[in-house]
Amino acid sequence: MMLDRSETAGVKIETISYQSLQTQAQSYATELGDSKEICATDGEQPHWQALMRTLDKLGNKKLDKRRKEAQRLLRENGATHNIFDPISAPRFWQFDPIPQVISSEEWSQIELGLIQRAELLNLVLKDIYGPRKLIEKGLLPPELIYAHKGFQLPCVGLLPADERHLNLYSANLARGKDGRYWVLEDLAQPPLGSGYALENRIVMARSFPRLFQDFQVHRLAMYFRALRNGLALLARHNKEDPRIVILTPGPDHHSYFEHAYLASYLGFPLVQGGDLIVRDGCVWLKSVGGLRQVDVLLRRLADDLCDPLELRRDSLFGIPGLLEAIRLGNVVTANSIGSHVLENPALLAFLPALCSYFLGEDLLLPSVATWWCGQEREREFVLQNLDKLLIKPIYPIPGLPEMIPGQLNEEQLSQWRYRILSAPHLYVGQELTSLSTVPAFVTDKVESRHSILSTFVTSLEQTYVAMPGGLTRINATQSRLLYPKQEDRFSKDTWVLTQEPSKQVNLWRHAQPNQHIQPLFGSLPSRAAENLFWSGRYAERTEATARLLRSILTKLREYNEFRDPDDRRCLDHLLGAITHVTSTYPGFIEEDAATKLEDPRPELLSLAQDVNRAGSLRSSLRSFSRSAYPVRDMLPEDAWRIVDNAQQNWNPRISLSLIGTGRLHDSIDRLLLQLSAFSGLTNETMARETDWLLLSIGRTLERALNLIALLQATLVPSYEPSMAAQMLETVLATSMSLITFRRRYRSFMQLSTILELLLMDESYPRSLAYQLHQLQIHIGALPREQSNEHPHQDERLVSEAVEELRGADRKQLTQLSSSDRTYPLLEKLLVSQKERLDQLSTALMQIYFSPTLVPQQLGSAVEEKAS
Amino acid sequence: MIYRVTHSTQYLYSTPVALCRNEACLLPRETPRQKCLSSKLQIEPESSDLRERTDFWGNRVTHFAIQNPHKKLQVTAISDVETSPADPNLLLAGNQLAWETMRQRLARERNPEALDALPCRHDSPFIKQSPQLEEYARPSFSPDRPLADAVSDLMQRIYRDFTYDPGVTTIATPLSEVMETRRGVCQDFAHLGIGCLRAMGLAARYVSGYLETLPPPGKERLVGADASHAWFSVYAADAGWIDFDPTNNQIAAEQHITVAWGRDFSDVSPLRGVALGGGKPRMVVSVDVARVPVTMGQFQSQST
Repeated sequence: MMLDRSETAGVKIETISYQSLQTQAQSYATELGDSKEICATDGEQPHWQALMRTLDKLGNKKLDKRRKEAQRLLRENGATHNIFDPISAPRFWQFDPIPQVISSEEWSQIELGLIQRAELLNLVLKDIYGPRKLIEKGLLPPELIYAHKGFQLPCVGLLPADERHLNLYSANLARGKDGRYWVLEDLAQPPLGSGYALENRIVMARSFPRLFQDFQVHRLAMYFRALRNGLALLARHNKEDPRIVILTPGPDHHSYFEHAYLASYLGFPLVQGGDLIVRDGCVWLKSVGGLRQVDVLLRRLADDLCDPLELRRDSLFGIPGLLEAIRLGNVVTANSIGSHVLENPALLAFLPALCSYFLGEDLLLPSVATWWCGQEREREFVLQNLDKLLIKPIYPIPGLPEMIPGQLNEEQLSQWRYRILSAPHLYVGQELTSLSTVPAFVTDKVESRHSILSTFVTSLEQTYVAMPGGLTRINATQSRLLYPKQEDRFSKDTWVLTQEPSKQVNLWRHAQPNQHIQPLFGSLPSRAAENLFWSGRYAERTEATARLLRSILTKLREYNEFRDPDDRRCLDHLLGAITHVTSTYPGFIEEDAATKLEDPRPELLSLAQDVNRAGSLRSSLRSFSRSAYPVRDMLPEDAWRIVDNAQQNWNPRISLSLIGTGRLHDSIDRLLLQLSAFSGLTNETMARETDWLLLSIGRTLERALNLIALLQATLVPSYEPSMAAQMLETVLATSMSLITFRRRYRSFMQLSTILELLLMDESYPRSLAYQLHQLQIHIGALPREQSNEHPHQDERLVSEAVEELRGADRKQLTQLSSSDRTYPLLEKLLVSQKERLDQLSTALMQIYFSPTLVPQQLGSAVEEKAS
Repeated sequence: MIYRVTHSTQYLYSTPVALCRNEACLLPRETPRQKCLSSKLQIEPESSDLRERTDFWGNRVTHFAIQNPHKKLQVTAISDVETSPADPNLLLAGNQLAWETMRQRLARERNPEALDALPCRHDSPFIKQSPQLEEYARPSFSPDRPLADAVSDLMQRIYRDFTYDPGVTTIATPLSEVMETRRGVCQDFAHLGIGCLRAMGLAARYVSGYLETLPPPGKERLVGADASHAWFSVYAADAGWIDFDPTNNQIAAEQHITVAWGRDFSDVSPLRGVALGGGKPRMVVSVDVARVPVTMGQFQSQST
């Protein structure tokens, strides 16, 4: 196997001459562009050669197979796609199985440099939101702060001077041809990617277990332990057992996977702004059972969105009053709000001077050479070299075209010139870095690619800890552009080699000898509670729809085979029942019913496949996965995989003509197996705590409602003797009760015994009485907040339903009406039970899910205007 | 002159508000020509989490919450303020340097006064730089023109070119639209002036406050019919900050009562809040600026 190195020559760029360029404050190391190509490709280093030999033995075919395996794992875990995106959305995360390898000597240099940089940036941030001495002393031009979008004026003085402002830091590095690592950008807002790095490692270890035997690779767990301990140390109250939550913008965010992943790995609740509330100067998490105080927020929400009262007023994601709670010292965020101001490429030009000012040291990790146009000489230089430099704004400017150096025509160049001249302080020029390459397997053979290494640093007590590894991203193509577009990004595991066998590190904390650890019961966030409840409901709804659909398909095949008119009438009743049970009116009941009954296939196909039709199998399945996704961190391991598989696989490409054959039937069988696996796994694994209770209540409530709808549609009418038996049999089969019924009542098929089993038997898990009984037990076990207006409304409603059912006169239920050949009292009972359960569902939502009120800006439209 | 300012804001909601948090910037600050003799904030229903702090600019900001369901919120600020006439030599002092000199000094000087002025040279949420602003400002800033003279000219041109029209703009109207329609209210004119000054590289800030209005001759003064007012201020180095009122084409004088200042309206909005629930709110504002008889004022002045 040969590395393809043909393109390394193409990477060589002209070295710009900078003679006679001097400034007081800006500095730029320029070795990066130096033409010494001593080590053009990382692949020539010894540890790389060892790795490549191993991979060589594996061969390209096997490598490809393993890559596909890894890619599948990533997809199943949800890393590569967002369930809330349209189905056609592109995949944005692909896996390259060849790890990036960094020797322990190289790493120790990087590590020192990262920690130094984090210290330095923390001091810069403190100064910006504190005394602003850097401006006073002329070390930083004021424009870099006051004209930067990331500077949040209300955050000045927010934190005490001794508080660390930068807790999490990330740097994007690239390896130059001289073998040194260079910083391309510093990231401080909510630095993303550490969760992806972890995910890549886990997938890599599963797909290529042998490789880890041959190499001593640093584990990542140590970093996450430091992160967790570091966050716990930030708490100002409740220090023994602080409540830490991860604040996410929500499931629509492209990195929601990572937020959920970290939440699950670190064991912190994942919350959105609407889950938190400020009262009495503190931040509280709305949870089942009441408000719980929050001590630390690990923030994945952008600075300006955090508090609509003092920051961006139109933010729907934030927590009104958060800044005031921080000011009072009752809550801490990591990072501190306003840290986006550090994400300014112009700062790179000033860091060496700031480093010697604050630390009296040289900057260990050089930055890519950057010229800030806010000063005249640098501006002139940038304008003269416009076609050779990468021009960037100091903060993201919407609508600014991408600058592709060397590919601009005269007109585009003059547009850039105009942009820079009209607001020079908003732009920098950066040297195009001449990078080394790494081996990659993104096509069908090993080739070289440019890479960017994202590194992660977290604060711990008085210092910082760097993750021994990171997230390496490479271009899909052999382009030398540094910032691959999202859709063609590949990522790879990053190995930092160590001399000694890495010790097993885990995230468990050690309790003090006399410390009693309080179990965390009843602190389920309300939003999570709501999602669990609906996961239960939709899982059950999907299952019920699937079973009924399967019964209908069976009947349809029977009819097609034997053409028995009783089968036909039975089929028509069932078709009416599925419209009723799934509420997909008009369906087989209202207008055009005759046409649809004549050829039921188009309507059945729509019920199976139409994702945009509420009540269809596919739509319920999607609602199930969308409810389960935000709480995947609370479900048992593998449970999400089942949900995702079911959702991904339920796409039976069935044509109209094939619907009568067994293919759809088989697909439904598979789906039902997956759904059973989900309910089995959750039932067998989850502790009987609030989360399980809600999942279970949702499922039970939905099962009761589905059963009522089915019985109402199928058992309320009375049938001629010739078809009664097969109708009743189908109802039993659909409600999974045929076997029990046969065993119990042998072959006496009559309505009263069916009702005895399906309605009244409190010990039979598919009966209505059983569902109500379970609801009573589980609702009774829910934590209760006494301050609620009607704290026991749910308990009352379920008790009433139980009593009504128990009190029903069984004989009367099977009394036929004289005129219209139905069972009116049975119908009355079922209608009343349904009403009670609908009320119960509403009551549960009001009591436990504290329906999030929409925040509104007081007077944003009518705001008082000075006149 | 001593004034009693009563500024009352009422929110009436169609459905109950479960919780609201607010920040009021209604209590007047001290300035070289203004003393705040007394001031208080009345909030109904009863508030919690009430705290007063000093913001980035030294303004008095009051944070409070209403934590119980309510359908009405009333916030009233009552302040007694003593103002003195503008320094007659202010313009003279402001003319000691050319506007370009001021701009150069801002780029260079790092004394406490200049440091305070630096954040007022850049874009702020309501004021974004544009070629139109610079183009409009340019004629007033001929080479070597004395600073105060140039800014007075700008103020005059805004007064002349723009029509005061309370109906056409809202809080959300961008400056570019005001430039186009040439209509607006004091807040728009203040923002416009600031945008122009910043386009010339100067430091300018937004001042919120009140203006005593006198009834037409022979008419009674109407109580509560006043409004909050706004103007702009330019940094003039040794002469300090000079307040220009483009709506009335004058240097801020004894009848101008200052509450707060900042980069633009967003830094000093009198009452901002976020409410959970509330349906459609209706807002009623009344402002009253009344002269306090001298004897009573003196008494109060001594008692504080």
